[in-house]
Amino acid sequence: MLLQIENLHTRIEEKEILKGVNLGIERGEIHALMGPNGSGKSTLANVLLGHPSYTVASGRILFEGQDILEADPEDRARLGMFLAFQYPVEVPGVTVGKFLKRSVEILRDGEGPLNVNKFIEELRAAMDTMGMDRSFINRYLNEGFSGGEKKRMEILQMLLFQPKLAILDETDSGLDIDALRIVAQGVNRLRGDQFSALIITHYQRILDYIKPDKVHIMIYGRIVLSGGADLVGELESRGYDWIREEVRL
Amino acid sequence: MSEAVTVEIGEYKYGFAFPDRSVFKTRKGLDEEIVRTISRMKNEPEWMLQYRLRGLEAFRRKPMPNWGADLSEINFDEIYYYAKPTEDRKGRWEELPEEIRKTYDRIGIPEAERKFLAGVGAQYDSEIVYHNIRSDLERKGVVFCAPEDALRDHPELVRKYFGTVIPFNDNKFAALNTAVWSGGSFIYVPKGVRVEIPLQAYFRINLESFGQFERTLIIADEGSFVHYIEGCTAPIYSRNSLHSAVVEILALKGARVRYTTIQNWSNNVYNLVTKRAVAYEEAVVEWVDGNIGSKRTMKYPAVYLLGQKAHGEVLSIAFAGKGQEQDTGGKIVHAASDTSSVITSKSISKDGGIASYRGLIKVYPQLTGIKSHVVCDALLLDPQSKTNTYPYMEIESEDVSMEHEARVSRISEEQLFYLRSRGLSESEASLMIVNGFLDPLVKQLPLEYAVELNRLIELEMEGSVG
Repeated sequence: MLLQIENLHTRIEEKEILKGVNLGIERGEIHALMGPNGSGKSTLANVLLGHPSYTVASGRILFEGQDILEADPEDRARLGMFLAFQYPVEVPGVTVGKFLKRSVEILRDGEGPLNVNKFIEELRAAMDTMGMDRSFINRYLNEGFSGGEKKRMEILQMLLFQPKLAILDETDSGLDIDALRIVAQGVNRLRGDQFSALIITHYQRILDYIKPDKVHIMIYGRIVLSGGADLVGELESRGYDWIREEVRL
Repeated sequence: MSEAVTVEIGEYKYGFAFPDRSVFKTRKGLDEEIVRTISRMKNEPEWMLQYRLRGLEAFRRKPMPNWGADLSEINFDEIYYYAKPTEDRKGRWEELPEEIRKTYDRIGIPEAERKFLAGVGAQYDSEIVYHNIRSDLERKGVVFCAPEDALRDHPELVRKYFGTVIPFNDNKFAALNTAVWSGGSFIYVPKGVRVEIPLQAYFRINLESFGQFERTLIIADEGSFVHYIEGCTAPIYSRNSLHSAVVEILALKGARVRYTTIQNWSNNVYNLVTKRAVAYEEAVVEWVDGNIGSKRTMKYPAVYLLGQKAHGEVLSIAFAGKGQEQDTGGKIVHAASDTSSVITSKSISKDGGIASYRGLIKVYPQLTGIKSHVVCDALLLDPQSKTNTYPYMEIESEDVSMEHEARVSRISEEQLFYLRSRGLSESEASLMIVNGFLDPLVKQLPLEYAVELNRLIELEMEGSVG
């Protein structure tokens, strides 16, 4: 098992948000996590990478069998976890090129010092895949980027870092159909037995392009229903209400 | 819930000291006898002694500033005002006493001289102990020497310009400097001569409870260019020291002068400096003023634009850490038509440090075509730290284009989390954000100084994460 979440309870300030989440992702699997607003999906994404604002009250998160609850966000990244943010922050004065070079250097530790020319070549190829103009290399990170450009920037990073597990937090929201297709293409490019993903979304739209192995429904801080890709179609036609009712029962 | 950024201040790398081996030192405190002694030690002409005494009188009369940084702990009676470290100045590093040579080696001055400087003056306590200028510049008539030597070798130039940009009674600390000045630089660049490689002076305090009062006078004759760089450090002592320099610049018609400061005093030094330039027709003066160290700094480099189409620029970078107060900024006086100015200020406060921008743009009456642009950006690294902005404007003409922008930002937890989720440690992430904040300004620095500044900021930011 690549990722194993066991009975996870978390709080932000005094409010309990995750109320006992259980989830397992095997190597090479792509899972979708769906659910209405406020159900705790983004909280789970942030907690997985160790956001300091969230307190884990109980439960465990195992990555490759190792309990990572005490690990800092940077250590989790170095283990091979990646989060594509729902709202990537702007970092003024730090160019995309400088930031990516440094991150790749750290995350590929062990491969020796980064060959700059090779890196730029690789970066340009990845930008072409993501349909990003090369002038982005010299722009300040996310500053003045449109919503769609920010999302592409996240997936570009995923392509370069080649994580073992990518968590995509509503990467599809606010994207037009072309951008969505490009984002999906990025994920599909990495798909294979060394890459797993947890795709968090409201809508089935992105799942038309990335076919998930498993689908989970989260409501009120719990995963209430899990199933195969066919669950997506059912949600599409019936909405979340029937699940809510079932959960109450 | 949100936690403060916990980056500890880096260790100050220049806090070492050597024993007092001064060949002469005045007793503690200041009176007329001390001023006369300093003047006698320097074999000065009578007019300079009289000028010093007027400075002393003004110093006694003038009140302490009732604004700016907190100076209440300065005790003028507990300071040594003059200490002569060696019998004479040397032109070769090897000739200096071992400890003094070691000091400059550790700071890296001889190496910098070999790599990218056209001339160096090195001051140790009260005197310039080493001075050298490339011979090709000397042949072109460029003068770069200690002001005491200029008084002897170029008396007419010194007498003509000394104290004309900053009068002896300008403010309490300029008056003090006038009374007890010692060391500094004198530069004269002849008409049309361009000194393409920078000249540098380095100021080192070694003694405890010491006052350093260097005096710099730069005269750039018509159409000339010079870039002068100064750096400074001191040992860490529990008692306070005082540094009060006076820097006067004259940029004659069409001349350009760039003056770069990387101030890195230890945190027991009061740094109270008066810097002012006059720019004549089509002249350009640029102050690049980096304040990283000291306990308190009050410094507002000024440009008086006296001739048409003159341009003045101040780039101010301040870093206020624990126990530090950086009260810095710039002052531009538009006294002629078609003059323009830019003030850019960037400050960073952390661990309870206070960084204040204080600036003045003044436009005289009946002028046309005046342009001025002021930008102040402050970055706060934690909730304990503070920043203030005091922009003053006195505009007495109509045809003035004046822009002012001020911004305060904080390192956000979201920025840190983002960068950490990409593998950067918390301290590296903070440093990246700080460097990013400074980037637009650092880009404008000469390469060597951009590197030096980045290195200093890195040292200040260095440390373990709590």
